[in-house]
Amino acid sequence: MNVFAIRAIYRFEMARTFRTLMQSIAAPVLSTALYFVVFGAAIGARMGTVDGVGYGSFIVPGLIMLSILTESVSNASFGIYLPKWSGTIFELLSAPVSYVEVLIGYVGAAATKSVMLGVLILVTARVFVPYGILHPAWMVAFLVLTAVTFSLLGFIIGLWAGSFEQLQVVPLMILTPLTFLGGAFYSISMLPPVWQKITLFNPVVYLISGFRWSFYGKSDVNVVASAAATLCFMALCVAAVAWIFRTGYKLKN
Amino acid sequence: MSGFHSPARPAGSSAVVTVAGLRKTYANGLTALHDIELTIRRGEIFALLGPNGAGKTTLINIICGIVTASAGSVLADGHDIVRDYRAARGKIGLVPQELHTDTFESVWSTVSFSRGLFGRAPDPACCERVLRDLSLWDRRDAKIMTLSGGMKRRVLIAKALAHEPTILFLDEPTAGVDVELRRDMWQLVRRLRDSGVTIILTTHYIEEAEEMADRIGVIHKGTLIVVEDKKLLMHKLGKRQLILHLQRPLAELPAGLSGYPLELADGGETLVLTFDAHRGETGVAAFLKRLGELGIDFRDLHSSESSLEDIFVGLVSERA
Repeated sequence: MNVFAIRAIYRFEMARTFRTLMQSIAAPVLSTALYFVVFGAAIGARMGTVDGVGYGSFIVPGLIMLSILTESVSNASFGIYLPKWSGTIFELLSAPVSYVEVLIGYVGAAATKSVMLGVLILVTARVFVPYGILHPAWMVAFLVLTAVTFSLLGFIIGLWAGSFEQLQVVPLMILTPLTFLGGAFYSISMLPPVWQKITLFNPVVYLISGFRWSFYGKSDVNVVASAAATLCFMALCVAAVAWIFRTGYKLKN
Repeated sequence: MSGFHSPARPAGSSAVVTVAGLRKTYANGLTALHDIELTIRRGEIFALLGPNGAGKTTLINIICGIVTASAGSVLADGHDIVRDYRAARGKIGLVPQELHTDTFESVWSTVSFSRGLFGRAPDPACCERVLRDLSLWDRRDAKIMTLSGGMKRRVLIAKALAHEPTILFLDEPTAGVDVELRRDMWQLVRRLRDSGVTIILTTHYIEEAEEMADRIGVIHKGTLIVVEDKKLLMHKLGKRQLILHLQRPLAELPAGLSGYPLELADGGETLVLTFDAHRGETGVAAFLKRLGELGIDFRDLHSSESSLEDIFVGLVSERA
């Protein structure tokens, strides 16, 4: 295992984050804080409870997940797309590193940033709405698992993308709608029965449901199903990355 | 500039890169390399010449692991580049043709990154030495985007040397740099060779290969048409010419000169005699005597020797 390479990639990516703190950390924290102000403190105060939880508190896990998903994909996809775009990918391809090491470096850094962001949002939320965490270990597990899984997805998108526009297509056109429709702002039990069934095909439902369960002990789907769905999605992403590196798809001629 | 500090090893005949039956056919059917056989000797400067699209960069990129070969094998310092890619790639440094750099990074961080990426433990003293050798030490904290093109080229060389490779590929190292910097670069390459690093360079500047290379390879349409010691190549394929500017132009070559390898140039005002400079008897004295006998006077004469460029153009045009 080329641990020096993993460390070099990880530190390089983290340095990029700290060089662009406003964009990487401050902006997502601010935009999520605005959600808490509008939906939590302002509108939430006039709404009833959902599953026995005040609306402002109810949306905390969903909003954290929304940020984690978006930022994980964005960080990881940009991290690998940038060297492709600038041409510096030649160095990575000619280095004595395996795809596992490249993956640990890039995805590890992207997931670290997302977890940092999640924790910051969690702390910021406390300013606006009250909440408790019933299962802290599960909360951390879901947070890390989601950050890693969607960083893997972002890495795949970054490898696949041929332009900055393509880099934005999946996060904007697919992930954001899936997250908004995945129960970030409501319980799926509030939907008509047909839509409840259709919603179960949305993988984000399982993430948000499991994460919310770790806060309040209430979930739309069984927590084991949530964990299993997340692990399955992660395995799919790892398999896709392994195939990309083995075949050199979009990387090597 | 101080010298490079890798352990010096004399240039010898032991192979440091062995390419066997290497072929590359792209998905669109284009065959960029045809069964290349090539051995690079340890400690030499090997210049790979060829026109645009000849396959120089493809060959380098395969050896460095950037492009996948369709067939054949490559050993780098005894390590197969596919089966034993970690050991092979650790021996190789690559300076690409294009100025691909991490624009927003500092010189120091990008060089340190390269060292780590190639599996070497952090060694600030080594990175400092490389930067000093390349006159980059004073700019170590500068963002790469603030550097000139020549400085960026040096940064790429520093990155390639950061993990102390024994084989260095320089793909068009002086493309787009001014004459002064080019000469600096030549000195740098010589110092690297003297420190024991094997250098493989591609270039469009034949003058560059003539100035620096120990051996020359000419690649054309994906086929390696010549691999030869530079001096031997120039000896074998080089020609000398005697050029005489005539007092009175000739309409045609006189019958009395039919036995000589002559050309009439400049509308009959110049006679060009081509001869083998390495033969004991060049025939020049007899030719001049013959001119006198025929009453052909000349006002000036000079001789020229074919350059590597002439040889290169001759080799490539033969196969065009």
